[in-house]
Amino acid sequence: MADAIPVNDYKYGFSKPENYVFKAKRGLDRSVVEQISSMKSEPDWMRVLRIKALEIFGKKKMPAWGADLTSINFDNIFYYIKPTDNQKSDWRDLPKEIKDTYDAIGIPEAERNLLAGVTAQYESEAVYHSFQKKWEEMGVIFCDMDTALAKYPDIVKSYFGKSIPAADNKFAALNSAVWSGGSFIYVPKGVKVDIPLQAYFRINAANMGQFERTLIIVDEGAYVHYVEGCTAPVYSTDSLHAAVVEIFVKKGARCRYTTIQNWSNNVYNLVTKRAFVSEDGVMEWVDGNLGSKITMKYPSCYLVGRGARGEILSLALAGSGQHQDAGGKLMFLAPDTSGEIISKSVSVGTGRTSYRGLVKIIKNAERVKCNVRCDALIIDEESRSDTYPTMEVAEDNVQIGHEASVSRIGEEQLFYLMSRGLSEADATSLIVNGFIEPIVKELPLEYAVELNRLINMSMEGSVG
Amino acid sequence: MNLQIKGLKVKAGDSQILKGVDLKIGAGEVHVVMGPNGSGKSTLAQVIAGHPFYKISGGTISVDRKTINKLSADKRAKLGIFLGFQNPVEIPGVSVFNVLRKAGQAKGQAFSKGDSKLRPGLNLGNFRNQLLEYASSLKLSPDHISRSFNEGFSGGEKKRNEILQMLALSPKLVILDEIDSGLDVDGLKVVAQAIAKFHKKNPKSSIVLITHYARILKYLRADYVHVMIDGKIVKSGKQKLASDIEDKGYEKWQTQSL
Repeated sequence: MADAIPVNDYKYGFSKPENYVFKAKRGLDRSVVEQISSMKSEPDWMRVLRIKALEIFGKKKMPAWGADLTSINFDNIFYYIKPTDNQKSDWRDLPKEIKDTYDAIGIPEAERNLLAGVTAQYESEAVYHSFQKKWEEMGVIFCDMDTALAKYPDIVKSYFGKSIPAADNKFAALNSAVWSGGSFIYVPKGVKVDIPLQAYFRINAANMGQFERTLIIVDEGAYVHYVEGCTAPVYSTDSLHAAVVEIFVKKGARCRYTTIQNWSNNVYNLVTKRAFVSEDGVMEWVDGNLGSKITMKYPSCYLVGRGARGEILSLALAGSGQHQDAGGKLMFLAPDTSGEIISKSVSVGTGRTSYRGLVKIIKNAERVKCNVRCDALIIDEESRSDTYPTMEVAEDNVQIGHEASVSRIGEEQLFYLMSRGLSEADATSLIVNGFIEPIVKELPLEYAVELNRLINMSMEGSVG
Repeated sequence: MNLQIKGLKVKAGDSQILKGVDLKIGAGEVHVVMGPNGSGKSTLAQVIAGHPFYKISGGTISVDRKTINKLSADKRAKLGIFLGFQNPVEIPGVSVFNVLRKAGQAKGQAFSKGDSKLRPGLNLGNFRNQLLEYASSLKLSPDHISRSFNEGFSGGEKKRNEILQMLALSPKLVILDEIDSGLDVDGLKVVAQAIAKFHKKNPKSSIVLITHYARILKYLRADYVHVMIDGKIVKSGKQKLASDIEDKGYEKWQTQSL
């Protein structure tokens, strides 16, 4: 096992001893998939789905169009680790090293102050779960995906893989084969969950593969805000995170999905996220990518009902050694739909950001309104940023706006702030914080504060 | 604060902008530097503040007998040097309040959120109130300090925002580079009165006004007026010199310097 490398500037890079109840062998084959399914005592249709997905995974080529994934070694990964024998609803009942981890991250505190429910996933399984009774009584379901499959197999079966089938891409296939954990949320008609539900994902073991699967169904006129965060120890070898998130926003419903991805810099983060939005529904992705070695993630909205709206706010911060290939997809598949993608990216040191976006408007999707804005800020000489916008528009009666900018921090801006007494690092931080402010203001406060801290640290490391 | 500049020669790239400037400013004095476009006035202001673009090729700049030629801009600011910019930059997404809070912190001002009797440092609420007071004295709206820094400001608002910062930072040496341009008659009066009031409150602070026109001297009394032509100070005198220039222009010295 690789040793964890202590680093000063990543607060969550620590690791804890592995006192696990089960750890699958290294590498992936049919026996591992069968083992996962049987340990979970799943219905047979899910076992079959997994096996088919594994076959698709074997046949699918690695995506060659995005970030460089050639050094992922699928044989070196642990695909399933069960850390505890069952899920707890009191932090104190967790093994000490796991409880200490979440304390260090601050989850129990956030739960007390800000959240309606929390799921904490450690390696492959949700080890902790809580949910306010008030919402449960109103018919809201919030649990981990394995529990959902056991308790609500019919709902799961009718939605699972319906927006992201295994064949969608290689990593969706991988996730479908070995998925474990993730969140399941169902919000009944008209219920508005006015404080966020949160899931927290933690990788602890080296060479871990985490493959959570999330399914959210927001019924007619309902509302939910789901927040996810993730961290991992710093190791000299790589880990893999390949999640799939499927969301169904029904007529007149609204869903906001906020991600603060803060994996350590040895994690490949390859995630597929997609929402189907019905008539007059609204989907909002707030996608913050700060950590990981490589991220490829393009949350998408399939606007299938008249008047549906999709918003994607994407924030990427790439420090040295990181490549954030992020953006979003808006598919306008009905008339009077509207959407917006706003992307802000910052590259520091040798960091690289890529904005990759797709806007597709089909014939007869009349009166679509779409706006795309992507701004990149480059801090250092070696920093890099690229933009890959794609537009496929088959309808004439539409309004589309697209703006893009790439800028460096100007000498005049720096001099100005330094002439007010700010050090070069502080001046740079302030400019960067201002640049991303339109997205940060959409984040829950504690994440905004954390983001601020992270950026200040990156700038201090960067500016001589 | 005393400022002494001796034989200052400054290059921007290959071109020599300042060709030997001598200037001595005593604590609490008000000096005016006038001169035609391109004479090097703004360069002088930026060099004193420490702009890294300009290279000093000779001479010294010292304040209170300490040579500051090699200090970075932030260190000079911490000594108490303040430059009011001719063209203030925009910092999108950062409020006026936040810039000033950071500037205050850089100067060593601690801020607290709670009761200032219980916690050390200036209460943030009091700090905000103080800024609001300054803003109001400059006829800026109360929401000014929450606005994104200089973004979408009118020319006059940008200039008043410079003065707002001067008031908040209480510098010991104030250099105002064409603070009077872009201001209408009322704006000029408000700004000039704010400078006069600041000077009264901080009698040891020295002020250097860089300008094309004598009109600001209607509201402010200058101890000395200097004429800068082609990178040199060619004439120094009392306030009357400014009105002479207003009447007759710079021609006299320009022909001399040819």
